[in-house]
Amino acid sequence: MKILYFAWMRQRIGASKEDIDLPGDVTTVDALVDWLVARGENYSEAFVKREVIRAAVNQEYVQFDHPIKNSDEIAFFPPVTGG
Amino acid sequence: MIRVQEDDFDIGAELRTLTEGDTSVGAVASFTGLVRDMAPIDGQSREIRTMTLEHYPGMTEKKLAEIEAEANSRWPLAASLIIHRYGTLEPGDQIVFVACASSHRQAAFDACQFLMDWLKTEAPFWKLEDTDTGGVWVDSRESDNQAAARWGKSPDTDG
Repeated sequence: MKILYFAWMRQRIGASKEDIDLPGDVTTVDALVDWLVARGENYSEAFVKREVIRAAVNQEYVQFDHPIKNSDEIAFFPPVTGG
Repeated sequence: MIRVQEDDFDIGAELRTLTEGDTSVGAVASFTGLVRDMAPIDGQSREIRTMTLEHYPGMTEKKLAEIEAEANSRWPLAASLIIHRYGTLEPGDQIVFVACASSHRQAAFDACQFLMDWLKTEAPFWKLEDTDTGGVWVDSRESDNQAAARWGKSPDTDG
């Protein structure tokens, strides 16, 4: 699975993207965040306010209960501030 | 048409191209967003040295195309254009440009406002303001969410 991070999520995690092998029991965005947070302090700090983070699966906004699979591209980022 | 680019753009040239050869157009409305030299940070007005725009290549173009298609489904537009820049900009620089052409002014005005309101809450861009005390990510504003909400709920927003 390809994971992308933007803006201060990218800075806190220390990477703009990474490829992971999605564990079989991680089947939703929420479960993926739990799994990432357990990997280290940089992740737990980046996801500390989970309710403000937006997620996109294959470049479409999703809720955190959205199902995911290993072939997906998933992105995590703060609320957008363009324009 | 949508364009996501690092380069600056020429508003006059863009507006001429938008309606070239279409004499059914009676109204063109446009909006240009510029980098301000001051911004409120932690309750204080701070000087902005540069502003860096980050975006999500691929999703940005997809979202802007969806927003433009939605505007064209809601108003009778002869032509529309969204240009959004990324990279490092300075105060006074142009950031974003939207333009809508129609037979009459109301559709052109309304569609422009709609494009900006939805772009602000849906297009994956993030602004980093560089001040004399370091870089600060711009916070999203509740007023932007309210402005977008007046046009009805976006089909794909996660709220």
